[in-house]
Amino acid sequence: MSQVNGATGRPAILVEGLTKSFGEVHALRGIDLSVPRGTVLGVLGPNGAGKTTAVRILTTLLRPDGGRAEVEGYDVVRDAAAVRRTIGLAGQSAAIQEELTGRENLEIIGRLYHLSWPRARGRATELLEQFGLSDAADRAAKNYSGGMQRRLDLAASLVGQPRVLFLDEPTTGLDPRSRLGMWDIIRSLAAGGTTLLLTTQYLDEADEIVVIDHGLVIAAGTAEELKGRVGGDVVEFTVPDRHRLADAVAAIAKIATGEGEADGQPHADPETGVIYLGVGGRGSDALIEAVRSLDGAGR
Amino acid sequence: MRVPAYLVFTVIQPVMFVLLFRYVFGGAIHVAGNYVDFLMPGIIAQTAAFATFGTAIALAQELKKGVIDRLRSMPMARSAVLAGRLVADTGRMLVTILIIVGVGYAVGFRFTNGVVPAIAMVVLATVFGLAICCISAYTGLAIGDEESVQAFGLIWLFPLTFLSSAFVPIATMPGWLQAFANNQPVTYVIDTMRALALGGPVVPSLWKSLVWLAGIFVVFLPLAVRAYRRAG
Repeated sequence: MSQVNGATGRPAILVEGLTKSFGEVHALRGIDLSVPRGTVLGVLGPNGAGKTTAVRILTTLLRPDGGRAEVEGYDVVRDAAAVRRTIGLAGQSAAIQEELTGRENLEIIGRLYHLSWPRARGRATELLEQFGLSDAADRAAKNYSGGMQRRLDLAASLVGQPRVLFLDEPTTGLDPRSRLGMWDIIRSLAAGGTTLLLTTQYLDEADEIVVIDHGLVIAAGTAEELKGRVGGDVVEFTVPDRHRLADAVAAIAKIATGEGEADGQPHADPETGVIYLGVGGRGSDALIEAVRSLDGAGR
Repeated sequence: MRVPAYLVFTVIQPVMFVLLFRYVFGGAIHVAGNYVDFLMPGIIAQTAAFATFGTAIALAQELKKGVIDRLRSMPMARSAVLAGRLVADTGRMLVTILIIVGVGYAVGFRFTNGVVPAIAMVVLATVFGLAICCISAYTGLAIGDEESVQAFGLIWLFPLTFLSSAFVPIATMPGWLQAFANNQPVTYVIDTMRALALGGPVVPSLWKSLVWLAGIFVVFLPLAVRAYRRAG
């Protein structure tokens, strides 16, 4: 995340200490993100980790409780209208009008962006071609395959020529071939200067990946780095006495730093009292070491 | 209009009701004058109210499919989507109402109070439908699940339209039910429609109808807009 392209040097997406709760459920508990222009950030995490909440805040659909978020320098709360002119969104399901043809779907979106009819028509034709939907352009979208509907949905999110594109689980539910096709499209968009943030449940080939769990960023890096780290074993410790959480983290940190770069630093969840430690490929050894270390730290 | 089935079903249901009440139940229901003349304003009001099922269900579907998320993430007025849906659905409702008036004519119904009151009756039915449409839009957005929305629609729309002066004279109902039926908006609207279609005093029920309809707009339009803003 160090190199920054683009004129101003500002990242396309900047998130600092973002929090959001739904009643007792703390969906986001202070996440930070920084996405350079023209790159692809994958947000990885299990269901309920807070990925979709983050996307909804960044796309102005939801107001954060705390922290701040900027897209192309515009604050998502104060400059929501400017953010909306900058972004495109493709959600988890295909947000298309099934009764309309693929072409009509795109033309209507174009008209909603205040394109003239000829421009809207031209843009639709362009996108249909780009997404391999030209042959199906004049068929009702309900007769499209799942992969085609997702492509049409993605095309719809691009009608307004967004500089930043948010994709919520774009490859979920696609067969392997459609998934590769989706990645080709994502790659070519990034090559064209679009910044992409996508959520995923797979360790996909994004430039940079952050792993979110329980509303916190618990790891970040390239897919290769993460495979070395969290791709191996993760040891979880539950600390019953929350006051001793910091001591326990310190004790576990000793074994984490002792054994080379593959290991992550321990990460504590203060609410549940659980400490997570990525231990690469040496799960059982690390577990024994950690228990010894904790024992040494006194109970 | 891309879904011919939609229009067919919203029309078939009231047509069946017209036939059912005209030829099956009607003979047993005694009113001053022809039952078919009594019946049609009631059926038309009910048709307008039931047409709003479509609004609630469509909004719930769009919510689930992410259509509303997409539109809300676009640089456009947030009121436009809801306003567009209400206008389009009310237009469709008007078409349905006119078809049912035609069906009524085929089975013996007649406007006997002149052209302008007849037009006023159709307008009132449409405004009533639009008011109910606001409630349905709110339920669709607030509940957000197609099947629940449909079930909930039955729970409030059926009693509201049947426990009124739509199909039988309220005087034939038990006293406790009369208390409800006599004082609810659907009865006021239908009584006004009847007076407009057939003659009789319009004003007393008209102003009560308008107060009720205004109240519904004032409460449910903002609720629907708020539910749209916070959708999902």
